[in-house]
Amino acid sequence: MKWMKALVAVAITVLLVYALNRTYGVVPALGPFLSPYEGFWRSGADKDFTSEELALDGLQAPVQVRFDSLRVPHIFAQNDHDLYYTQGYLTAKDRLWQMEFMTHAAAGRLSEIIGDRTLEMDRYQRRMGMGTAAQKSLEKMMADPQSRAVMEAYTAGVNAYIDQLARRDFPFEYKLLHYAPEKWRPLKIALLLKMLAYDMTGYSDDLRMTNNLRKYGAAVVRDLFPDYPFREEPIVPLGSKPDFRPLPIPPTPADFMAAAASHSLERQKPENLGSNNWAITGARTANGYPLLASDPHLNLSLPSIWHVVQLHAPGINTYGVIIPGAPGVGIGFNEHIAWGMTNVGADVLDWYEIKFKDGKRQQYWHDNQWKPMRRVVEKIRVKGGPDILDTVLYTHHGPVAYLPHETAFRSGSTPTGHALRWIAHDPQNELKTLIQINRAKNYPQFRQALTTWAAPAFNFVYADSQNIAIVSNGLYPLKWKEQGKFLLDGSNRAHDWQGWVPMDQVPFVLNPSRGFVSSANQSPVSPQDYPYYLGSSFAGYERSARINQRLSAMTQATPDSFRLMQMDNYSFVPKNVLPTLLPLIDQASLSEGQKRAYQILAEWDYRYDPDKTAPYLFEQWWQALGRSIWADDFPVEKFKAPARDRLVQMLLREPESRWYDDVTTPQRETLAGLVNVTFREVADSLAEGRGEKEWGFSRNSQIRHMAQLPGFGQVLYAGGSANSINALNASHGPSWRMVVQMGPQIQAWGVYPGGQSGNPGSRFYDNLLNDWQSGKLHQLLFLRSAQDQPAATSVLWTLTKN
Amino acid sequence: MLFVLILVVSLLAQFFLPWWSIALVCFALAFWKARYGGQAFLAGFLAIGLTWLGGALFWHLATDGLLSSRVAAMLTVNSPWILMAVTVLVGALVGGTSALSGYLVRRLWG
Repeated sequence: MKWMKALVAVAITVLLVYALNRTYGVVPALGPFLSPYEGFWRSGADKDFTSEELALDGLQAPVQVRFDSLRVPHIFAQNDHDLYYTQGYLTAKDRLWQMEFMTHAAAGRLSEIIGDRTLEMDRYQRRMGMGTAAQKSLEKMMADPQSRAVMEAYTAGVNAYIDQLARRDFPFEYKLLHYAPEKWRPLKIALLLKMLAYDMTGYSDDLRMTNNLRKYGAAVVRDLFPDYPFREEPIVPLGSKPDFRPLPIPPTPADFMAAAASHSLERQKPENLGSNNWAITGARTANGYPLLASDPHLNLSLPSIWHVVQLHAPGINTYGVIIPGAPGVGIGFNEHIAWGMTNVGADVLDWYEIKFKDGKRQQYWHDNQWKPMRRVVEKIRVKGGPDILDTVLYTHHGPVAYLPHETAFRSGSTPTGHALRWIAHDPQNELKTLIQINRAKNYPQFRQALTTWAAPAFNFVYADSQNIAIVSNGLYPLKWKEQGKFLLDGSNRAHDWQGWVPMDQVPFVLNPSRGFVSSANQSPVSPQDYPYYLGSSFAGYERSARINQRLSAMTQATPDSFRLMQMDNYSFVPKNVLPTLLPLIDQASLSEGQKRAYQILAEWDYRYDPDKTAPYLFEQWWQALGRSIWADDFPVEKFKAPARDRLVQMLLREPESRWYDDVTTPQRETLAGLVNVTFREVADSLAEGRGEKEWGFSRNSQIRHMAQLPGFGQVLYAGGSANSINALNASHGPSWRMVVQMGPQIQAWGVYPGGQSGNPGSRFYDNLLNDWQSGKLHQLLFLRSAQDQPAATSVLWTLTKN
Repeated sequence: MLFVLILVVSLLAQFFLPWWSIALVCFALAFWKARYGGQAFLAGFLAIGLTWLGGALFWHLATDGLLSSRVAAMLTVNSPWILMAVTVLVGALVGGTSALSGYLVRRLWG
C-alpha cells in the first residue's frame, strides 16, 4: 500500500512536470512559460535603457552608442568592423526573435518551431527555391571582400548578443513557442534579401492570362490587357529619348499557347499596392535646396518591419531604416545624399511548361533534346513529428515548383508541371549596393553603387544639394515584347531569357525640366521612349497623378509641405468615374435612404478621410460594379479580370461594350442597369446600419503581430486608400514616412507604425503608432560626431573589447 | 519550518535553475523534513505558490502590466489577475505534489 501511494504520487508529479514542460500545438509549455523566474512575466522588463559600459568579445576598439528619446541608437565606431558588429548586436537586442522568424519563414523552416500547421508553407518556400537562391546569393556576396567583411562583423555582433542570453532572458516569443535562438549566419542575411525579392516580385498573372487567351483569343486579350495603360504618367517624363545604343531585342517566336493548367489561382500581383517617393529641385523649395520624400508601403505588422539606426565611422555617416537582420541602412540619407525606394514591378518571374520524358521525370525536353533534371532533396524538420523529405526538380530554367499530379499550395498559385524562371535565382550582390550607397557622396557614386543591385528592382529616388533623380534600377531580362505575359514554352530555346538589359540602360530621370521627380509604382517609362520590354502591368496611374499634381503646384516647398502630401487622402479613382456613373442613376425611383447615399456621393470631395462615409459607399459600389461587369466573363478562380485602368476607359469611352452583358442571363444587361442595381444594394446597406460605415472603421484596418498573436496588435482608425498618396489599405500601407531637407546641414523627419523594440512588453514596441496614424513626423537626430549635441541624448553606452 | 525551508531554497534554486527545479527541491526537502503527508503537500503548495505569486506580482508591477495584459488577451482570459491566479496555481500544484511524493517515498523506509 505504501509502495502504491508513493508510486502514484511520484508518477503524478513526474507526469505533471512533463506535461507542463512541453507544448501542445499552439498551447505553450505552461511550466516554463508561466514561471515568473524564467517565463513570460519577466519578458516585459524594459530595462537596459540607462547608460552603461559593456565589454564584448570581438570588438577591435571602443565604440560609443548614444540613444535618443525614440531609442534610436547612434553608433560611433572607429572602424567598419566595429560599426557593423555593433549594429548586429543592437539589432539583435531589439529584434532577435523577429529577424530569426523572418529568415525561418523565408527558408521554409517554420515547421521546426510551429509544427505541421506550417508544413505546406515551408514546402512552398522550398519549391520556389528560396533556400538555394539564398545560398547562391551568399556565395556571390562572400566573394566580395567588402560585403563579406560587413556580413561577418554583423553576424559576430548578433551572435555576441545571443551568446550572453540566458534562457530566462529570451524574447517573449521564444518562451511562447518554447524554443531557443540559433546562431546567426551570413546565409540569413541572404535569406532576408530573397524574402524582399519575393515580397516585391514573387507574383505572376501568367497562368490566368493564358486561360484568358485560350478562352477569348489574342484580339480580345490585346484589347482588354494592353501593355501600356490608357492613362499614365510614367516616371520618366514623356518624350525623354534614351541616349544609349540598345542591344538587339530577341526575335519574337511563333505563337505559343500553353495547355490549360489545372490550377486556378496564382499569387496575383496586387493591383493597387506599392510605395511613393519623390523629390523636388532646390529652385522650388523655401530654403533653396532639394527636398526628398519616401514612404514604402508594406504589410504593416508588429514588431515593425523597420529598425532605425545611425551609423558613424571613418568614411561613413548615415541614418535611416533597415530590415532587422541585414546590415547597413536601406532607406535614409548621409551627409551628402538622400535616397528611398519604391517597387518597380517589372515582370521578372515567368513560368515554363515542362515536358517530361516519362513518369520518372528524370529528363525534360529542351532545344530538341532530352536534358537531365537535377534533384535537390529538401529536409523539412517538423516540431513534434518526423522529418519530411521533399524532392525538388530543377531544370535549367529553375525549380519545377509543382508536378502535374500535385495540388499546389495557395490554392494553386503555381502551375503544376511548370518550371519557375525568377530573377531571385540570379545572384547579385545587393548588400554591396547598400554599403556603397551609405557612403556615396554624389550622383555618379550613387549610380555606381546601383550596378550590383539586381532584385527586387526599385525606383531609387535620389537627392543631393544640387540634383534630384530617380533610377528604375534592377536586373531586367532582355525580353521580346510580351515575353512572359503568358505561360512560356519550356522546350523552346527561343522562349528562354536571353540576356539582360545593361545596368547603364535602365530607365532614369535626372534633373528634369519640370523640377521634380516622383514614382508610385507606375510604368517606369513609355514604350515610345524606351527600347526594352519590362512588363505590362504596373500600378495604376492615380497615385502618381496626385503626387505630380501637388508637386507641380509647389513653388516654396517646405518639409511640412511634404509631410502634408504624405497624408493626402485624395484619390483620382472616384474623381474620374463618379461624374460618369452618378448621372446614370435613375434618381426618381430612389428610396429616401438611397437618395441620401446619392447625395453623400454627389457632394464628396474624393478624399478618403476617416470620418466620412462616402469612401465606404464608393468603395463598396466600385467593387460591386466591377464584379457585376467581369465576374461572368472572367471568373476569379481561373481568369484575370482587366485592370482598373481598362475598366475606367471602358466606362468613360465604351458605353455599349459587350462586357456589360451578363452572359449567364438570357436578357442583355446594360451599363446603366448594372450601375443602378449595384448602387441600390450598396445604398441600402448604408441605411441598414449594419456595421460601422465611417471609413476609418469600416475597412477594419489593423496592425497585427507578425505571428498573428491576438492581443499583440492594434486596430487602426485612419484615412487613405490604395490609390491615395496616403496608401493605407486594410493592413497594408506606409511603413516608414521620411522627409529629407538637403543642404549644408541635412535635416530629416520620419515616423513608422511601431517602435524600436520588438518586445511586446516595452513601451517602445508601438510608441510611434499614434503619431504615425495622425500624420506627425519626428525630427530625426542626425549627429555629426560622437560629441555633437551632447544634450540631445541622455543614454550613452560604451562598448569596449573584452 | 518545512514551508520556510522550501520557500528559501526553491527561491534560490529558481534564480539559477530551470523552473522544474522546484519539484526537486520540494521532493528533497519533504523527504528530509516532512512529518505528515498533508503537511508536506501544504508546505510545497503554499511555498511555491508564494514564490510564484511574489515573482509574478513583482514583474507585473515592474512592467506596468503591459505584457501580462497582452498575454491575458491572447489566452482569452482578459485579465492579468486571472493569469496570475493560474500561474500561482500551476506552480503551487507542482510544489504540492512533488513535496507529497518526497514524503511518501521517504516513508517507504520508515
